[in-house]
Amino acid sequence: MEFAFTDEQVMIAETVQAFFKDNATSERTRAAMKADGIDRELWASFCTELGLAGVGLPEDFGGAGLGMVEFAIIAEAAGAQVAALPLLGLATAAQAIAAGGSEEQKAEWLPKLVSGEAIAAAQSIYGLSVSGNTLTGDVQFVPHGASADVFVLINADGAWIVRKDAPGVSVTTHTTMDQTRPLATVSLAGVAAEPLADAGAARDALHNGAWICLSAEALGGAQEALNRTVAYSLERVQFGRQIGSYQAYKHRLADMLVDIEQARSAVYWAACAVDEGSDEARLAVHSAKSFCADTYFMCAGNMIQLHGGIGFTWEHDAHLFFKRARSILSMYGNGDWHREQVAALIMGEAA
Amino acid sequence: MKLGFSQAEEQFRAECAAWLQSQLNGDFADIKGLPGMNSMIERRKDWEQRLAENRWSVIGWPEEWGGRNATIAQQVIFAEEYARAGGPNRANHIGVELAGPTILAFGTEEQKAKFLPGIANGTQIWCQGYSEPNAGSDLANVRTKARLEGDEWVVNGQKVWTSLAHYSDWIFVVARSEEGSKGPKGLTFLMMDMHQPGVEVRPIEQINGDAEFNETFFEDARCPADSLIGTPGDGWRVAMGLLAFERGVSTLGQQMGFRNELDAIIAAAKTNGLDKDAVIRQRIAKAEIGLRLMRYGALRMLSHADSAQIDGAALTYKIQWATWRRDLGELAMDVLGQAGEIAEGDAYEWSALPNMFLFGRSDTIYGGTNQIQRNIIAERGLGLPREPRGDK
Ligand SMILES: Cc1cc2nc3c(=O)[nH]c(=O)nc-3n(C[C@H](O)[C@H](O)[C@H](O)COP(=O)(O)OP(=O)(O)OC[C@H]3O[C@@H](n4cnc5c(N)ncnc54)[C@H](O)[C@@H]3O)c2cc1C
Repeated sequence: MEFAFTDEQVMIAETVQAFFKDNATSERTRAAMKADGIDRELWASFCTELGLAGVGLPEDFGGAGLGMVEFAIIAEAAGAQVAALPLLGLATAAQAIAAGGSEEQKAEWLPKLVSGEAIAAAQSIYGLSVSGNTLTGDVQFVPHGASADVFVLINADGAWIVRKDAPGVSVTTHTTMDQTRPLATVSLAGVAAEPLADAGAARDALHNGAWICLSAEALGGAQEALNRTVAYSLERVQFGRQIGSYQAYKHRLADMLVDIEQARSAVYWAACAVDEGSDEARLAVHSAKSFCADTYFMCAGNMIQLHGGIGFTWEHDAHLFFKRARSILSMYGNGDWHREQVAALIMGEAA
Repeated sequence: MKLGFSQAEEQFRAECAAWLQSQLNGDFADIKGLPGMNSMIERRKDWEQRLAENRWSVIGWPEEWGGRNATIAQQVIFAEEYARAGGPNRANHIGVELAGPTILAFGTEEQKAKFLPGIANGTQIWCQGYSEPNAGSDLANVRTKARLEGDEWVVNGQKVWTSLAHYSDWIFVVARSEEGSKGPKGLTFLMMDMHQPGVEVRPIEQINGDAEFNETFFEDARCPADSLIGTPGDGWRVAMGLLAFERGVSTLGQQMGFRNELDAIIAAAKTNGLDKDAVIRQRIAKAEIGLRLMRYGALRMLSHADSAQIDGAALTYKIQWATWRRDLGELAMDVLGQAGEIAEGDAYEWSALPNMFLFGRSDTIYGGTNQIQRNIIAERGLGLPREPRGDK
């Protein structure tokens, strides 16, 4: 038991925090929001200069090895700046291919995803018509779906790779409340999908990756919402005093820290449990996703309230946090659903 | 970063689990799972001695003082197995968790030799004399006076809410030793013998009908000049150092007690069918998640014992568990329904869960109220301006 970062993990954290702080600036993120929600230049330096896209992916296929703890460190730093990046695709689609793909599938896709040459997205397809490996229907709410080159789609029976350019695939873009991660509808008209060799392993990896990535983004976003609000509270004076000196105000900030510290434990508990193949892994990922999403939403909401009028403007970044937080609440299962999984696990009912 | 325990640690777990279970299913079965702090004190002192004889009483202490120099991981494991086996609340928890570590950290060799053995084996029970009628949240406002007369301190004043004072042998007292001093200056941290003329204890009945805490009066009560820890006037630093121990490994033992309470609620829900109720299931899940996050928060804190990085987490811990447990009490009553409002016998005495509901209202008060915790978090953790104070 050593529930603290190793020196190497501290180094990764410092590197990525500085990288996102310097580069995922408000101006650049807003420019990406007007386009497809991806800051291409940022993504290119993330993948190639820093070589971070391979974290959590096997070395044989261009990855850096390491695990979900390191991935969480990165997602936390990216989430702190609400970076406009298709990181979630690495956590889901790439993880699914790495865990459940054949050697050929891994060899084809992982190097491209690690280098940033291809972008991936993943989604569940409950309700689609599936006959053998032919898929028909609309896959909704695919994060960064309009920009992805490859999709990993899963349901209870299987897991498939679908190329964007496969015959029968068409994509509709949507204007999404969180413009840093726009959702698309991917329509499949009798598409011949390529099954992943081990669907079960792919599904598990995809879910764990999604839940840990979103939890970590939420943690980073919540902490940054707190940091920026603290800074504002020291600057802004009303009634002749810094607003941060008023107890009704400072107690809200304190409550944010209380939940954030728990969210931090949740993220790293989940990441470690998955990395270590612990019996608690399922409990941990469901706990983390529900708790961290709630924490982020509370903190981002407080960020707006505690900034007053300026917090409600488009110009201020508070809404970027608030909208990202709102989208994380629903994505890959809402809080009630995750807590229901926790209840079933602890009450000894097979979920 | 690693959660799993090593093979050697798992072996240690097996060793302490086996010992604890043999005792609590054997000689000490009568106090297994005993709730509360206020009953069967003599049996619980026997239990402290049995622990000490086998060097399980204070495993984190140095070997020369009866400990095992146990690593953090071993202390965690022991705390978990202790609760799993149904170990009763430690009769001397204030001695073992607060007084002892304070003496180890700040005391002289003579003081260690005088006090540590009795703390370790439960023959000397301790209580904490901080609060006074006018010094609660504003702890630095203590008025109890200590003056040096020859080679003795003479103490006059009153403490209040002193838990377990009625069966304690020793008390540590924060007293004002410099006439006219104000706030945290001029305080001294003294260790006083409770069994002497001039110390009077009056129990105070509590919300649950029990009387665990007391008023403690000092009228020319005395202790030798070398009964102070630190130096005269330096008591505030010692008192605050002691508060830091309150969030140490001991909190893990407390959490495992919480585990047992939550399990009892789940069992009650399964019995009366509320385990199928969607809203109750959500609340149980929230409680479970909160409990796990407290565990991993504590492990994070302990893994970082000496690092500044973890300050925020440490500051938030009291409010986390206190609020969690207050909510757990409410959940317990909602699960039990009206049955939870009827005592079993004629006396105003409550079984574990209703008692926990009532007692839970104090968790957010003692050791610093939730409001005070928020002030501390905001000021020390977030660097916000200090509260205005009336006396300045
Ligand atoms: C069960 C129990 C056991 C205890 N055991 C011990 C013991 O063993 N030894 C010991 O020394 N003490 C003990 N205490 C005392 C405990 O530490 C105090 O009760 C506590 O610190 C609060 O002080 P108070 O009761 O004087 O309340 P007050 O300080 O008078 O507070 C009253 C209310 O005002 C609020 N308040 C006060 N100041 C502020 C502020 N600056 N900002 C916002 N709100 C504020 C408080 O939060 C509270 O809601 C125990 C208390 C209980 C309930």
